[in-house]
Amino acid sequence: METVKNAVGREIPKEYADQYGVFEGQYARKNEYRRAAGKVVPTLPGETKLVSSLREAIEKSGLKDGMTISFHHHFREGDYVLNMVMEEIAKMGIKNLKLAASSIANVHEPLIEHIKSGVITEITSSGLRDKVGSAISHGLMEKPVVIRSHGGRARAIESGEIHIDVAFLGASSADPYGNANGSQGNATCGSLGYAKVDAEYADKVVIITDHLVDYPNTPISISQTLVDYVVVVDAIGNPDGIAKGATRFTSDPKELLIAENACKVITASPYFKDGISFQSGSGGSTLAVTRFLAEKMRESGITAGYLLGGITSNMVELLEEGLAKKILDTQTFDRGAAASIARNENHYEISASFYANPGNKGAAVNQLDVVMLSALEVDTDFNVNVMTGSDGVIRGASGGHSDTAAGAKLSLILCPLLRGRIPTIVEQVNTVITPGEGIDVVVTEVGIAVNPRRKDLQEALKNAGVNLFTMEELKNKAYALAGTPDPIEYGDKVVALIEYRDGSLIDVVRQVKR
Amino acid sequence: MPLYQIQKPAIAGTLESSDIQIMIDKNDGEGIDINLTSSVEHQYGRQIRETICKTLSNMGIDNAKLTAVDKGALDCTIIARTIAAVHRSCGITEHYDWEAIDSWNV
Repeated sequence: METVKNAVGREIPKEYADQYGVFEGQYARKNEYRRAAGKVVPTLPGETKLVSSLREAIEKSGLKDGMTISFHHHFREGDYVLNMVMEEIAKMGIKNLKLAASSIANVHEPLIEHIKSGVITEITSSGLRDKVGSAISHGLMEKPVVIRSHGGRARAIESGEIHIDVAFLGASSADPYGNANGSQGNATCGSLGYAKVDAEYADKVVIITDHLVDYPNTPISISQTLVDYVVVVDAIGNPDGIAKGATRFTSDPKELLIAENACKVITASPYFKDGISFQSGSGGSTLAVTRFLAEKMRESGITAGYLLGGITSNMVELLEEGLAKKILDTQTFDRGAAASIARNENHYEISASFYANPGNKGAAVNQLDVVMLSALEVDTDFNVNVMTGSDGVIRGASGGHSDTAAGAKLSLILCPLLRGRIPTIVEQVNTVITPGEGIDVVVTEVGIAVNPRRKDLQEALKNAGVNLFTMEELKNKAYALAGTPDPIEYGDKVVALIEYRDGSLIDVVRQVKR
Repeated sequence: MPLYQIQKPAIAGTLESSDIQIMIDKNDGEGIDINLTSSVEHQYGRQIRETICKTLSNMGIDNAKLTAVDKGALDCTIIARTIAAVHRSCGITEHYDWEAIDSWNV
């Protein structure tokens, strides 16, 4: 098979390289383009948007074979909307659809049947979990899935690379004219950041809710001016699957040690000063860093300018304590944070495009000082994999990983040296999601490595008495304990294309040989 | 008469993560037979089988039937569980040969 090697040394089959272009560097593309816009059919006075059933909404939307449909993943593992809509579509006999979901969860396992029966023939998503990911890694689909980051998806929609014919958007509350939000009702999810992009660019927008309120429903996350139809169903999601009540702090000593090390790195960096902005994930270590960092901020009299994310209730606590001035929220991770978005004026909902789109006139990640990220694997070139497991099977999500890494002035990977026997620090990652040039520091429980590109950080950390290792040294420590893993065997068939956020191909995932 | 004679079914280890459970029994004249299920099969299955075989060989065992369920155990754990299973199968409960055991655990 003829291939083209990209800037991170990955061999991209020529047919895909020609179609997408290959990754040439994190800031290599700065293309002018005209934004793609959705079609609009005006609503006249006296007309209603409220339809009596999902079936009627699908019929009225004009959905036909071969079209592209979209969903958001704000309901995570509690989502009922995607399965409900797909079941109805399958019953109607519509085929060959392109699914452009912002991400796909374990709960969406029925997709496997819809793929087998030809209802869905193409998929683009940020992530693919357990069973769906595994089925696709074993060659379920004829055409490869296109994996996009959150910012990359927004870019692809705005540039027209993804054209959504019908967006089916669940909302925890809506009025009959389509004003919708995720902060009120039963199945609250907080921000509707991903859905905002779909609503703006899709030809037809269907709001699906289980909590219909009087006009006008505020706050307005999705505006009536973008919505064609509103459907009321019994339940759009299971609140327990959508968000945990409160995010608990880890008591795992390994995670706490990683967090402590990360906190040392941040406080020793030039970015730890008044007005600092940061994003932390919802993982055990990153949550703990936020807590340690808050202590340091109190001691030093430092206030954060804004927090970005991926928002959890401990970030809301920083806001309410006055340790952070604002929160920019594209996705809300727990109920405490979802309640805050309705209550706190300075907890501000943003779209995925505002958050991370590398193709718009400036995304929030570009303003970010520090981001704390996780990893399934990091290699000695600092490339990060958050997509495929160490067995080569798709199970993760691209998310905002590469977006924030490219934007932030200091991007840290927090990960254990080993998970069970599996080394996290490896010679070569199975799949590159974020290129090493975007990663500044890798923090493990046994040591810290700074990217050799960042001599300034190496100096700053050495001056602060932080002991540094090379990635080679960390990898050797991991392999000494676990043994060198055997390489995963892949076939030739490409099952997923990994787009970098700018639309170029940074990697492909091949079918696993079993 | 070899020091370690597999006599009866025996078990060592748990199904906790980072452990391996090894069941061992006689395999009269049929050699070493390992039925391994591992959460890290694709990365370490080959090495786990090698480690078990090496340990059995160190103990002078040429015939045994083993069923192993691995949850990502490190080599030191795999060696320890194999040695323990063999001792139990042989009915050895005292006078351990610590010097030899120490030399197998590399």
